Amino acid sequence: MDAPEPEAPDSARSRAKDKSPWNWLLLIPIVVPLIPAFFNADSPRLFGFPRFYWLQLAWILLGVGTTTLVYQMTKKRGEH
Amino acid sequence: MWRDHLTEIIVFSVLFLLVSAMGFVAARWRRPQDMAHLDEWGLGGRSFGGWITWFLVGGDLYTAYTFVAVPALIFGAGAAGFFAVPYTIVIYPLVFLVLCRLWSVSHRHGFVTPADFVRNRFGSPVLALLVAITGIVATMPYIALQLVGIEAVLKTMGVTGDSALARHLPIIIAFAILAAYTYQSGLRAPALIAFVKDSLIYIVILVAVIYLPYKLGGWGSIFDAADAKFQASPAPGDGILLNANNQLQYVTLAFGSALALFLYPHSITGVLASRNRDVIKRNMSALPAYSLLLGLIALLGYMAIAANVKPLPGAKAGSVDGNTVVPLLFDQQFPDWFAGVAYAAIGIGALVPAAIMSIAAANLFTRNIYKEYLKRDATPAQEANVSKITSLVVKVGAVACIVFLDPQFSIDLQLIGGVIILQTLPAVALGLYTRWFHRDALIAGWVAGMGLGMWMLYQIGNPATGKKHFAGSAFPLSEFGFDTKKTIYVGIVAVLVNLVVAALVTLVLRAAKVADGPDGTTPDDYFADEGTPRAAAPADRAPSAPEPVA
Repeated sequence: MDAPEPEAPDSARSRAKDKSPWNWLLLIPIVVPLIPAFFNADSPRLFGFPRFYWLQLAWILLGVGTTTLVYQMTKKRGEH
Repeated sequence: MWRDHLTEIIVFSVLFLLVSAMGFVAARWRRPQDMAHLDEWGLGGRSFGGWITWFLVGGDLYTAYTFVAVPALIFGAGAAGFFAVPYTIVIYPLVFLVLCRLWSVSHRHGFVTPADFVRNRFGSPVLALLVAITGIVATMPYIALQLVGIEAVLKTMGVTGDSALARHLPIIIAFAILAAYTYQSGLRAPALIAFVKDSLIYIVILVAVIYLPYKLGGWGSIFDAADAKFQASPAPGDGILLNANNQLQYVTLAFGSALALFLYPHSITGVLASRNRDVIKRNMSALPAYSLLLGLIALLGYMAIAANVKPLPGAKAGSVDGNTVVPLLFDQQFPDWFAGVAYAAIGIGALVPAAIMSIAAANLFTRNIYKEYLKRDATPAQEANVSKITSLVVKVGAVACIVFLDPQFSIDLQLIGGVIILQTLPAVALGLYTRWFHRDALIAGWVAGMGLGMWMLYQIGNPATGKKHFAGSAFPLSEFGFDTKKTIYVGIVAVLVNLVVAALVTLVLRAAKVADGPDGTTPDDYFADEGTPRAAAPADRAPSAPEPVA
């Protein structure tokens, strides 16, 4: 292997990879699951699950959805 | 008696031995040209793709102890134990970008541990040593907890004796096998075994959450049974919902645990073993599948209530071992062979994380103590060898913790472990983003956060068990002079104080123009991806042995 260049030629582009307004969406699945007012109740029940349980399990989907969206949207920009 | 559980024991043993054989064969899987290198033994050649990383990191984070202890907590306290669900939801978006930066800079410089990064970023061997020791100390009780998980299963099967040695013999044998194949195959062993472990767990849980509610009268009546139990109990904090006093604790514990998880050296080992940034990003959106699993497993605690499970007695007279509720539930509700499969899933579920943890602790010792202080010019082959031997020592230590000390002691230590590993957050996680902190200020912050955290944990007693100190992580805010019954997670307070101290001391040191260490990384290092060549090692780091490019 050659000695590495301190400034790789594609550095500007690869730096753009991490900087994206889409990343702000990641805050949603970080903040929402940490607000007990949303989920700390028994009703409505869903399939017998109190709200406390089904809603927190549903937030897994919120997390997966958001991270997948951010990954897909930022991947295209960085592709070269 | 164990004779009543013969089918379970046979199924358990067969699956356990099958997996052990896989552990030995793993050395030949994706075989490297040269196993005598820490990158190969300790990081699987830094070559794992999406699926392997998913199983490896998943198998690493969701441990046997989680599968046993979280439902036990739900069984005993109710809603408060469900914190593990928001915790494992919040974590992935939280570290989505952070881990990519860590991977890139580690790839560029050949870092194997978080302390390697700190050493280079802040030019401070002392700070790196603190990070390394914190990591090793936090990991040891975590390994011991995996044994607690296996022990709960063995106890339920009646595999237990009267003397201390007889009681622990099965675990000693299991760990001897584990130690042997980890020694031989390194990170490849848990990576390969993780496939089996998680397939078994997924099967068992899917069957359990479909079949058990059907048998127990539906989810509604399961929750109602739990509600009735907590209504009748005198404890103030339990219930199927949170009350006004433990909501802050719930949220700060979930958030603090999420901050802590990827600071643990073993989580970082799993991440650094992946092939490129893309693998990490894809995993951050795919790993929550395990959180769903964890949420469903947690609810086994309520099913155990509905099924009238009575936990087995604990080590001390009059106490109960809550960890046995899930194994007992399977024992009572399922045919023997299926309970055996479930026990094997938990048992094997202990081996995967225990192997990764011992490898991570061994890497910390090798890179940040042995190579830094004992033998500066160690060759890659010597490093790999020291790591292999250290991983054995670590496992012997964990077994000794269980055999000679009360297992409760490991549980308490692990509680402390979470609080202390959080104190590496400013240097490791924030260090990935900013070089603003002065190296000595980070040391001051670490000392302040650690001291406060230990003091707070020392203050926490539990009148129900008669323990005066280290009985939990919920610190009553009234101790700080607030007029309230609310509690807060110790780790969050300690890490905030750590940050404030680090910031203030930085300002003072900068004003006094105290010399800071050199930054061995460049901004571009944080975005390097697969295929970027390694940066040359700085002259003071490895004078004689340039790292070969993997």
